[in-house]
Amino acid sequence: MIGYLIRRVLFFGLTLLLTSLLIFAAVRLLPGDVESAVLGRGAEPAARAALREELGLDLPFLAQYANWLSGFLRGDWGNSYALKLPIRPLVMERLGNSLRLALIAMLVAIPPSVLLGLLAGLNEGKPFDTAFSLISLILVGIPEFVMGIILINVVALEWKLLPSSASVPPDASFGEALPRLILPSLTAAAVLLAYIGRLTRVGVIAEMRRTYVRTAVLKGLSWRQVVFKHVLRNALLPTITVIAISLGWLISGLVVIEQVFAYPGLGRLMVFAIQQRDLPLILGGVMIAVTVFALANLVADLLYAALNPRIRLS
Amino acid sequence: METPILSIDNLTVVYRLQGVWREAIREVSLRVAAAQTYGIVGESGSGKSTLVQAVMGYLSANGAVQQGSIYIEGEDWLRATHRRRQQIWGARLSMVPQDPLSALNPALTIGEQIAELVRRHVRLSRKAAHERAIEMLRRVKLPDPESIARRYPHQISGGQQQRALIAMALASPELRLLVLDEPTTSLDVTTEAAILDLFAELQADHRAATIFVTHNLGVVARMCQRVAVLYAGEVMEDAPTETLYSAALHPYTRLLLRAVPRIGDSTPLQAIAGRIPSLRQRPSGCVFAPRCPIATDLCHAHKPPQERAEEGHLVRCHHWRAVADGSLRVEEASSALRRREMQSAEISFFEQLLSDNQNGAQATVMRAEHVRVRYGARGLLGRLLGKKPPFRAVDDVSMRVPRGKTLGLVGESGSGKTTFARSLIGLVEIESGEAHLLDMPLRGTPRQRAKATLKAMQMIFQHPEESLNPYRTVGQTLRRPLMTLSGMSRVEADRAAAELLRAVNLPADYLSRFPSELSGGEKQRVAIARAFAAQPALILCDEPVSSLDVSVQASILNLLAQLQAQYDVAYLFISHDLAVVGYLADYIAVIYRGQLVERGRAESFFTPPHHPYTEALLASLPLPDPRARVRRIRLPDDQPSGGVPSGCRFHPRCPRYLGEVCRTQAPPWQRDSQGRYYRCHIPPAELAALQAEREG
Amino acid sequence: MRADAQLSKGDLILTLRLSLLRRRRALRRLWQDAPLSVLGGIGVIGFLLLALIGPYLTPYNPIANSFADRNQAPSLAHPFGTDNFGRDILSRIIYGGRNIFALTGSATLIAVGLGTVIGLYVGYVGSWLDQIAMRLTDALLALPSLLLTLVLLGALGNSRFTVLLAIVILYVPIVTRVVRSVVLDVKTKAYIEAAEIGGESRFHILFREILPAVLPTLAVEGALRFSYAIFLVASLGFLGLGVARPEPDWGLMVSEARDWYALSPHMLFFPSAAIVALVVCVNLMADGLRRLLEYSETD
Repeated sequence: MIGYLIRRVLFFGLTLLLTSLLIFAAVRLLPGDVESAVLGRGAEPAARAALREELGLDLPFLAQYANWLSGFLRGDWGNSYALKLPIRPLVMERLGNSLRLALIAMLVAIPPSVLLGLLAGLNEGKPFDTAFSLISLILVGIPEFVMGIILINVVALEWKLLPSSASVPPDASFGEALPRLILPSLTAAAVLLAYIGRLTRVGVIAEMRRTYVRTAVLKGLSWRQVVFKHVLRNALLPTITVIAISLGWLISGLVVIEQVFAYPGLGRLMVFAIQQRDLPLILGGVMIAVTVFALANLVADLLYAALNPRIRLS
Repeated sequence: METPILSIDNLTVVYRLQGVWREAIREVSLRVAAAQTYGIVGESGSGKSTLVQAVMGYLSANGAVQQGSIYIEGEDWLRATHRRRQQIWGARLSMVPQDPLSALNPALTIGEQIAELVRRHVRLSRKAAHERAIEMLRRVKLPDPESIARRYPHQISGGQQQRALIAMALASPELRLLVLDEPTTSLDVTTEAAILDLFAELQADHRAATIFVTHNLGVVARMCQRVAVLYAGEVMEDAPTETLYSAALHPYTRLLLRAVPRIGDSTPLQAIAGRIPSLRQRPSGCVFAPRCPIATDLCHAHKPPQERAEEGHLVRCHHWRAVADGSLRVEEASSALRRREMQSAEISFFEQLLSDNQNGAQATVMRAEHVRVRYGARGLLGRLLGKKPPFRAVDDVSMRVPRGKTLGLVGESGSGKTTFARSLIGLVEIESGEAHLLDMPLRGTPRQRAKATLKAMQMIFQHPEESLNPYRTVGQTLRRPLMTLSGMSRVEADRAAAELLRAVNLPADYLSRFPSELSGGEKQRVAIARAFAAQPALILCDEPVSSLDVSVQASILNLLAQLQAQYDVAYLFISHDLAVVGYLADYIAVIYRGQLVERGRAESFFTPPHHPYTEALLASLPLPDPRARVRRIRLPDDQPSGGVPSGCRFHPRCPRYLGEVCRTQAPPWQRDSQGRYYRCHIPPAELAALQAEREG
Repeated sequence: MRADAQLSKGDLILTLRLSLLRRRRALRRLWQDAPLSVLGGIGVIGFLLLALIGPYLTPYNPIANSFADRNQAPSLAHPFGTDNFGRDILSRIIYGGRNIFALTGSATLIAVGLGTVIGLYVGYVGSWLDQIAMRLTDALLALPSLLLTLVLLGALGNSRFTVLLAIVILYVPIVTRVVRSVVLDVKTKAYIEAAEIGGESRFHILFREILPAVLPTLAVEGALRFSYAIFLVASLGFLGLGVARPEPDWGLMVSEARDWYALSPHMLFFPSAAIVALVVCVNLMADGLRRLLEYSETD
């Protein structure tokens, strides 16, 4: 187990390093004219040269990368070209907003989806399962932006229950902010529900077919004991991994959802950054998103290892 | 007899397959009394699993009872409600299944899995139930039961898992009926012997009626008082064990008994022609008629009824009287049939090729010297990546295989026998030592070797289902070696492939069939044909018959013998079954934990002195003879994990352990008068004397 | 090698002829077990046909403005109505379908093809190459798909080619992983070892012995990738990225329709329905393929 722990953490670090290199390389591919973006079009050659030197754009690639990486790890992420603001506080604030949304979505989606998936799997082939499979299939097929727009048009505009925009003034209290957060998190939750529910269902069905279930039944144990004590333990283990994957999906899906609801989150910031070709901002934002995702995976793997006796005790 | 615990009458169970109901078992009747062990013998497709499911009351979703009844202690089991079943399961009726690891829940401790049964039926407190579980583990002779109870299934060995399942099955004090579904099939021979000992001992305590389902005739002979022989869903014969083995009346039973290789008996095995009918293809007359050497038109047209030949002996055959009084000789009829079949196999094309056989006239075909093979990670990087620590699977093995002869290599799982073979052919790397095939060095992976080297040595694998590519036809599979190794053109290869099929007694139209359309035995024949395609000098046979039914094993063994005689090919025959090896081999070598411990000529191999491990192996073999005395030489369960023992590797388990010397010094090779070699500290004369007095 | 080539043609015909019988039986069984999957497959074929020949059937020009016909509700003349520029929505959907199929279809095919070749090679040969490939795929998989696409679009320009490249970069690692895991499983089987000791070349083993075992899983995975790609492209269109205006793009149509919801709800409804319908059909088809895979394995 210790060996597994060490290995896993090492891989985490290695993967992040490789990923950061890849992103840095991709961003450096930008043929854009950085100096014009910062100084404006009519800048003089001298000023441009000075800027180039200041930003370290004339150094070889690996040196630039090393510079950026050391700065990043120290907490100095530089300034945004477009907004002329320090990047880190901006990104972290937006990240906080996005995470809030993601967390609410997960809280809303995960318990019912696991429960529904479980019920569907235990009643394989019966009407409940068929209905669940059908509905979840359609839900999975609806892109986030379609779902978001439907919810806005129906709930906000027609029924006028909730606000349609999720722009929250930064100093608003949680209570004030909450109604605005409901629709976007519901949007994210809807697809998440279908996705996790389906995976749970498949896991339960597969587990019910295992031989040890027969052994348990032939001991005379009640159905409840067989399911809750024997099957669930094994069937839900992969669900932990699924939840981590869903966080990864959320990070992507939120980009679109934040656009639909005009929510000041990280995704919206990234779209803006890319439209503006704001390199440092792109780098900072994407790196933090990737780090969060990789962390979630790491935690999920470690949790899985801790809960699975086969790995824990080897 | 007293009221039977289990009464099955005229039971027919059907399955719904692709919309059609098919009979899995038909009109099966039997009665089992208390303290009686009843054997059910059947090959694959016999319906024994269905019978087990029906007795347990746990048929699969697409199964149903069409007619008949099952009574357990006078209660109508088929009509029992689900609640009633839950009361009986585990309390009065329990089962020991075939594969222990998959039968246990990987997420619960052993102790808990037993304790919950006790809590459910005996209604003890948690603590008391846990104590009881430990008590049961002790009764099944598990060392340190408290520790085992705390462990998870994957942390204990296969033999220990099976003992734990036995403990679970016997946990209830009210147990009346015990069903054993091939409980020792997945275990090593020595472990199996110990478990069978355990069953015998425990039965004296619990006195439950026991059904022992198996395909192994030796196990049945040892453990059961009565036997029912199942074939294609019907009971062919039902008799007391001694009667069945000495005076069987059904042709199937008689042929089956003669299809099992026996140590010291070199009469040719009886192969049964044809294949076991699948559920869809069951014949309408007598189910055995298509394969029966004495079948008449009557047999093909009408199903024979079950008749009483004498008290307690039932047969389902039209001609049993003729068999009983000797007017119909089943074995002779069968032999005559086989002889006629073999004569028609003409392989002229091959004979032509044989004339330019490049295998030469050397006496020794393969020579291995001090071969060592290591598994596991090399260096820090490997450990970092999580690979297992290194261990030596093969440690200093040397041997010589003479041309056209068979060397049998015997060992249990983990002995290194398969690894050794794979290292010769290049699938595994040889760490040190040398091997030569007809003067060509055996080095590197198959890709690195010359075509000539590959051509001269081929291999037959253990599992027929995996031996052939399921996406390619038989013809495509056979053509490859002919074209790649022998350099034939497509046209020539087609011709040769057809003849290869004939050589293994398969019809030429099989060329266009896919492996999924072939039975296990037929697949293995194709694999043999493929091995012979490039006319090798040596064929490595890795447990080629271990996965096959008994009736099919015999025909494959006979085929191998016949082909060896025809083509002058040498075999390195690997198996865990000494009897099988004894049937084919000219020389035998025994391997234990990567080292050879004994080798010698086959004819004299089975007389003492033996290496103590060989002795234990011989004593563990269940003989298909109920009158044979069970020799009690038992090894402690399984090979302990952990490092290699110092001195003699076998010393922790050796029943003839001398003392300090075995633990500290590696034993020397001893040689006895008959040219047999073995590694032990006990000299031959003394060992022979010790082992002879055991016999007496 | 000539002998090899002859072998493959004959092999193919033989294998096809013989397996057609099994295919028909399997399809019938699929219809009984999961009729929706079959319908989904038919739906996908329907969309494909529409994308291929639809443009020849529609009388309207999808990008021609016509102020006279603005914001008309669905009618016989315009079955899906018109948008705020007077363009016929049905035509735009048909052309949009062609665009999506062309882009996502080709991207998926390329990704699947590349991923298969890499996965086959890396899974079979193993050793350090495998380790490097796995670390690289881990790194690529750590990038959230949409974000990576956005970065690439920013870096390489906002064009459909960039979207194609992004899809390929995103999906090759996933396909490689899937293929590799099948290869790892198949590689240990005796028939592969038999081929090795039979002196077969690596090419033969990879493409004639192992690949047939990979194809079923690959088909399922490919269908799934296709559906995710459609998702991705639609989302990008919604964000206004990766589209070649004024060519019709379903995602973009949805985005532009938001402002007109009160007046012309059909502008929003039909492109949304088209996206959902196509994705659901592809998912159903993928499910059907998975079942067919299970049937052949348990035979």
